[in-house]
Amino acid sequence: MDMLLEALFSILTLEGLVTILCGVTAGLFIGALPGLTATMALAVLLPFTFTMSPLQGLMALGAVYMGAIYGGAFTAILINTPGTPSSIATTFDGYPMARQGRAYEALAAATIASVVGGIVGVAFLLLLAPPLARLAVVFGPAEMFWVALLGLTLVASLSSGSLLKGLLGGCIGMLLSTIGVSPIGGETRFIFGIPALQGGIALIVALIGLFVVPELISMAAQGRGALPESGKLQGGAGSAIGRMGRHIFGKPINLIRSCIIGQIIAIIPGAGGNVTSLVAYNEARRFSRDPASFGKGNVDGVIASESSNNVMVAGSMVPLLTLGIPGAPPDAIILGVLLMHGLRPGLDLFTETGVLTNGFILSMGFAAMFLLPVGLLGGRLIHRVVVKTPFYFLLPSIAMVTILGTYALRNSMIDVFIMLLLGTAGYFLRLIGIQAAPIVLGMILGVIAEKGYVQTMLVAVVDPIPWLRLVANPLSIVLACLVVLSVATTLLPGWLERSGRMAKVDSDEEKSP
Amino acid sequence: MTRATTRWAGSLTLMVALGMPGIALAEYPEQPITYTIPFDPGGESDVTARFQEPHLEEILGVDVNVNHRPGGGGAVGWSEFQNTAEPTGYEMIGVNIPHIIAQPIMRENAGYETDGWKIVTFFHTTPNALIVPKDSQFKTLDDLVQYAKKNPQAVTLGGSGTFSANHLGALRLEREAGIDVTYIPFTGTGPLPAAVQGNHVSGIFNYSMLGVQMQDNARVLAVASEERVPALPDVPTFKELGYDIVGGAYRGVAVPKGTPDAIVNKLEDAFAKTNERIAEKQEPLGFVMTDITDGEVDEVMQQLKTAYQPILEEAKANQ
Repeated sequence: MDMLLEALFSILTLEGLVTILCGVTAGLFIGALPGLTATMALAVLLPFTFTMSPLQGLMALGAVYMGAIYGGAFTAILINTPGTPSSIATTFDGYPMARQGRAYEALAAATIASVVGGIVGVAFLLLLAPPLARLAVVFGPAEMFWVALLGLTLVASLSSGSLLKGLLGGCIGMLLSTIGVSPIGGETRFIFGIPALQGGIALIVALIGLFVVPELISMAAQGRGALPESGKLQGGAGSAIGRMGRHIFGKPINLIRSCIIGQIIAIIPGAGGNVTSLVAYNEARRFSRDPASFGKGNVDGVIASESSNNVMVAGSMVPLLTLGIPGAPPDAIILGVLLMHGLRPGLDLFTETGVLTNGFILSMGFAAMFLLPVGLLGGRLIHRVVVKTPFYFLLPSIAMVTILGTYALRNSMIDVFIMLLLGTAGYFLRLIGIQAAPIVLGMILGVIAEKGYVQTMLVAVVDPIPWLRLVANPLSIVLACLVVLSVATTLLPGWLERSGRMAKVDSDEEKSP
Repeated sequence: MTRATTRWAGSLTLMVALGMPGIALAEYPEQPITYTIPFDPGGESDVTARFQEPHLEEILGVDVNVNHRPGGGGAVGWSEFQNTAEPTGYEMIGVNIPHIIAQPIMRENAGYETDGWKIVTFFHTTPNALIVPKDSQFKTLDDLVQYAKKNPQAVTLGGSGTFSANHLGALRLEREAGIDVTYIPFTGTGPLPAAVQGNHVSGIFNYSMLGVQMQDNARVLAVASEERVPALPDVPTFKELGYDIVGGAYRGVAVPKGTPDAIVNKLEDAFAKTNERIAEKQEPLGFVMTDITDGEVDEVMQQLKTAYQPILEEAKANQ
């Protein structure tokens, strides 16, 4: 406890708070730019921390991380483009809200959810790190396979209307994910003799292509912006924030559920923020009394996505700080920084250098709190710019930023071409009812499922029936049951309805002479 | 008189102007240098470049910009570099063995050649290390070998990547000890600590760095270096235990072929000095610092090619 207090005082200096504020702001803007992910934000800003003390450097990076994950929500809500992959699920309801003129409400909800999520993650990390870390190592290849399948069942809820089209989208995504060097085995697949394709299609490239380009094309085709220009708020901005606050805390069950899901997924190595928000979104929809309103502007979807992905920021440091296992990609950079300062993950971090570690953890809590003023102010600014700018300026500007963002991702022109190609294809797919979300979902989860399956089969090479390894321990059995349950609850209502209607038709026919 | 002076001054200016390129070369470097890492940020290559960056800048007196061009286990960055980089000394790229030996052999079109550049230096190696869970039944390398002899394929060894340093290490152990184990590739070093601590595999072949990192919650059975790794003084080498396995990853930096010798020497020098300064920080992490340049580079390359080629070709034939 002394250590915690000492840590608190070590960050509660003017210098400390200014560092966190700058970190959050920088992270927020980088995260909001499509193409620049949280990982990139950390990599880009890393050199600036070289001149700082270890604690100050870690504080700055923690704040950048927190800001970047939150910043992705801005573009997700305002232009239907996840700024970082972890805000994919935010687009599902955030953008429909914006189109209904409720953009600021969505931003306010995202901000409050992110702040709460960020603080909850810090609390988990401070109070429950050791027991949670033990959970991290339980997830082996077989468990990862089931987690990925569980995520893939989300396709059903995302394909508003036609399940078949949703599944088709998911399959397209999984196919796209196989391009390049295979994760296990190392052979090159579908590269058609082009060396640059060895790297595969980066998720963020597909994200930008599939989400933004179709949006831009339809904006151009309609000759007007997608957001209503009279974005006037009922009772002004303050009232929107108050309303959202009351909504969120009035029925906190959605928030609590999303935070717990966020924390659990955050500690599974290899899943990370991309999956966190998707799973939280899916569960919010499943438990909602009005699941049909999801995808059409239900604010609970935004809350689930944004709270869970900000829990992930501190939450994924549980396995990192205790066991040296990066829970999400940006954590790998934090690990590098720790090593650079001679800090080895493990018990020593919490005893010998406990003041530093606790200072770092607490600073993330402050960073989360700073999201509130920075986010609401910045959100208002960006909102006004997007709504007020005439679409003939807005459209080319967005196009420009997406191209630059895509290029900057891996300094690659090929990525830009792939982005434009996928975007054009995405536009036509959308016309025939295949949405971007299931495709992207297939891309993210296809790889995880493939790795989990192939590794399990390799481990089981001496077993008489290798695939039994997939259900060889309690956790994988539980996960497998969840998958079956999830599929059943999605298919059954439709199936019952159809057979019910058939029965009715049958009985009608019987009555007729 | 005045006119003559003007003419004289004019020709002087011209001479200076013509002489510029020569002077510029002599004063290399005079503009920022791009240092490309063909991997994601956060890995060993990136961490090292971050260690080096401030010192290189101080020694060379210009900015050194580290950027990332990940993909295909390094191949995307390497093929682009060999195709587009100019031999001016302002573009350099991190190179790794065995990647640059294995990929061109194993892939139909990796897009680059093993020797398609001038390797300035290999600045460190990270020897392979065989790590098992703390509660593993294998207390020594001999336990593992004996068990594997009786139970072919039952021992599962995780590692980072396919036909990577880790994979080749596992293949060499199979040959040397006459055993048959199952190698499980993982994507990168990141997931490996969880695989060991969660007992998802019998053990892992990874770098000495991870052995150091996991001291508290795993056991390192052996390291694949000539001499014991300074950061792991109690861990025997494979050689001590009677297996001729020395290997791991070598990391270095390359410039395009045709880069003037003066520039290459200057870079060699800068990296050597940088190494001296960062050794204090890197050695405790499990890195083994080296200063392999010029002829020695060819020697090392030749030696490792002969060691790896038969294993790779056999693997390719079996594919």
